[in-house]
Amino acid sequence: MVRAAGSRQNGGDTNRKGVTAMLATFGLLLSCQLIGEVAARGLALPVPGPVLGLALLLLLLRLSPPLAERLRPTTGVILANLSLMFVPAGVGVIGNLEVLSKDWLALLIILTVSTLLAMLAAVGTFILVRRLTERGAGA
Amino acid sequence: MTDVARLWSYLSTSPLTWLTATVLAYLAADALARRLGNPPWANPVLMSVLLIAPVLWGTGTAYAAYFEGAQFIHFLLGPATVALALPLWDNRETIRHSVLPILLALVAGSVVAAGSAILLARAFGLPPELILSVAPKSTTAPVALGISEAVGGLPSLTAVLVILTGIIGAVTVTPLMNLLRIGDWRARGFAVGVAAHGIGTARAFQVNPVAGAYAGIAMALNALLTSLIVPVLVRWLV
Repeated sequence: MVRAAGSRQNGGDTNRKGVTAMLATFGLLLSCQLIGEVAARGLALPVPGPVLGLALLLLLLRLSPPLAERLRPTTGVILANLSLMFVPAGVGVIGNLEVLSKDWLALLIILTVSTLLAMLAAVGTFILVRRLTERGAGA
Repeated sequence: MTDVARLWSYLSTSPLTWLTATVLAYLAADALARRLGNPPWANPVLMSVLLIAPVLWGTGTAYAAYFEGAQFIHFLLGPATVALALPLWDNRETIRHSVLPILLALVAGSVVAAGSAILLARAFGLPPELILSVAPKSTTAPVALGISEAVGGLPSLTAVLVILTGIIGAVTVTPLMNLLRIGDWRARGFAVGVAAHGIGTARAFQVNPVAGAYAGIAMALNALLTSLIVPVLVRWLV
């Protein structure tokens, strides 16, 4: 049913087809998110709706691999401009100046140290486990 | 004079103004970052915020009025998260071969991200609502807000801390990984995705497509895990 959002490939010039494909992709992304939100709320899952939507889209790609080529032009643009979508929340800094002005240095140190530690933990674990499992697989 | 004042009162309260300002600020920031060759410190989110925040501050515009317009962009975070399915799908073969490193690195990164934030915030003697607000900082914004609210933090403050964390991760990941001489794009991408969510993922896509795909996986999985572990860590550590 969600796949009905796929674009019609016949008729129209290339440009019009491109626009339709873009809207169809956007419709599919929104549908996946909506189903994800409904499932998360309806089943009281601790998982966020968009993440369930992501899992649903993966499932759809698995069921119909050619879908990937139809989605790629639009998802490529969205993911290439992911940074844009964080700007509104980032500007929220001006709504929190009172709290931030008091503890800004402590918060900056906490965020920096904690983020570096998390990256070190993740990269160290990833490489260690990869070496162990690849050696195990190779032996 | 009154005409100018009336025009300004329209502009400053119209969602259109702040939506336009957000898009233009981002385009300018992105163009500048590209021209500079995307160095780690020229972060597009940071530069956009630095362009917009002084305008709001100078014109006395409340964040709520700004967000009336900017919410249309903020809303796209949801579909963009769903769109991460595509790079995951494209990299399904390499992912299948690194399931164990992915899962263990996820647990390590996620627990350290939230646990160290809580312990450091306590060590600095911050008030409890700040400790609770900083705990979910490494997960993507909409998820972090939900967690913050659930454990008793301040969601609007969490949003800012999440963005700052993303910027810090995006700015530091390249120098850090180069310093450690880590050449595995999968590991590099995964680390920044766990620690610095979508902004780290955007940075990873800037540097290398495989790193971007792994950052996307890390971000999606960490959204799941953080919402499970922060309530537990908060009970233990706060």
